[in-house]
Amino acid sequence: MNILDDLFITIGQWWTALLSNTLGLPDGIVLVINGLIGGLIFALLGVVMVLVLTYMERKVFSRLQDRIGPNRWGPFGVLQAVTDAIKMLIKEDIVPDEADRLLFNLAPVLMVIPAVMLYTVLPFGRGMQGSDLGVGALYVVAIGSLTSIAVMTAGWSSNNKYGLLGAFRVIAQLVSYEIPMVLAVASVVLVTGSMSLVDIVESQPIPNAILMPVAFLVYMAAGMAELGRSPFDLLEADSEIVAGYFIEYSGMKFALFFLAEYINMFAVAGLVTTLFLSGWKGPVLPTWLWFFIKTFAVVFVFIWARGSWPRFRIDHMLNFAWKFLVPLALVNLMVVGLVDKLLTDAEMWVRAVALLGSNLVLVVVTLIVVAWAGRRSRSAALRTIAGAR
Amino acid sequence: MSIEQFVFIALSAITLLGGWIVITNRNLYRAALGLVLSFFGVAGLYALLDAGFLAVVQVLIYVGAISILIIFAIMLTRRVMDRTAVQHNAQWGISALVALALFGVIGYTLLFRAADQWAVSSTGLPEKPIEMLGEALVTTYALPFEVASVLLLVALVGAIVIAREK
Repeated sequence: MNILDDLFITIGQWWTALLSNTLGLPDGIVLVINGLIGGLIFALLGVVMVLVLTYMERKVFSRLQDRIGPNRWGPFGVLQAVTDAIKMLIKEDIVPDEADRLLFNLAPVLMVIPAVMLYTVLPFGRGMQGSDLGVGALYVVAIGSLTSIAVMTAGWSSNNKYGLLGAFRVIAQLVSYEIPMVLAVASVVLVTGSMSLVDIVESQPIPNAILMPVAFLVYMAAGMAELGRSPFDLLEADSEIVAGYFIEYSGMKFALFFLAEYINMFAVAGLVTTLFLSGWKGPVLPTWLWFFIKTFAVVFVFIWARGSWPRFRIDHMLNFAWKFLVPLALVNLMVVGLVDKLLTDAEMWVRAVALLGSNLVLVVVTLIVVAWAGRRSRSAALRTIAGAR
Repeated sequence: MSIEQFVFIALSAITLLGGWIVITNRNLYRAALGLVLSFFGVAGLYALLDAGFLAVVQVLIYVGAISILIIFAIMLTRRVMDRTAVQHNAQWGISALVALALFGVIGYTLLFRAADQWAVSSTGLPEKPIEMLGEALVTTYALPFEVASVLLLVALVGAIVIAREK
């Protein structure tokens, strides 16, 4: 299996040798050419993943709802994404009257750029990452915060009050859920001791989802909210605010927004795999195949969540972020840090059991606190109803 | 000209272009985006100097937080898209003179006085800069670190108090 495992690395080395030795180019130019080709590959990978993901989403989502889904174009509806792309391409390109033309056209591009930039640090396999940044985890957080600017530009340049309101709400959601996401990543970095994503994968003989289930669940919830997926998709739901900040976009620009969302979804699923499910590690198959299998499993869970839960209201969503996820993530960080540093010299299985045990205790305490708070608010509501009578 | 010089000139051009857009554009929103562009240029310059952590933190804080703050502040003002807004007031002549004088002084100092006397560290870059930074933050510089946290807490509480309903 080693040949299959190192397939892409071998191809890369053959290509670099071709450029340097056969064509005799200096090292700097080879670096630049390789960088450009790598960037192109990542962009194309994103787009191809979108084709696969839209098909998967529509099929899985419809099966959850006891219907068949697209089955007309191609065997089992496989070419549906292609026909959707053709439809988007031939639509009329409308720019509203008083809108800012340059910013209106720029906003979808600004939305796609951070989504594709996330692919550079994901370790797709052993030795297969775009660049091994020493600050990989922090880079992911920084890139995630670029989406807000694109959304603001889209909402502002539409010259539409509802678009602007939708953009404000999206920014509120994105900014609120960045904090639990960062704290969950921080607890992973704390246990690993390094911010590089390659190191994080390397140091997970036991997946972090088992060592730190609270951080895993917090990250999944915050990731779903950052992506704008159900149950957090108030902002693009047609029955709520009529497509929110992309109300004025049509045709290919609208398609670019959806492209950005799916590219982002695959990137976030890849991040969940890297941080919590021990990345590309696995017994028999090549490492890059394991990475894709795990990422698609996480995407399946995202689609499953979308098909199972109703939508949150905006104030419920913000309450959930600030009053529940942020304190939980903070306490989790403290607990994990304490347990991990107290048992640094102990055996690996002692640390694993201690971390898992402390996390389970945290879950139980959280449930008790939430039940007490719910009981208190329910009795307060009952008292006001009884008092009014 | 080496690759490093070429990249430096490209990044400086991006930063200056962003700055130019900020100063000259009549549309406030486009000026804010020009500011974002120049922040990216500065992050690139940090990366060129092998300060990877600082580059990422620059993007995270300046582009991810401060730019959004500026954009929100622009949204909440009234005459944002005013096409007849002027970018300067009546004292632009004197301020141009002062700016040119400052430019001349700094340029002269850099080119002729301090040219060969840059203080270069003899030990070079540390191997694990982030770990040394983290360690320094909690040992040598623990007090400024804690004071900064208290400052952030005060700002957060103050914002909530100002924005409350009563």
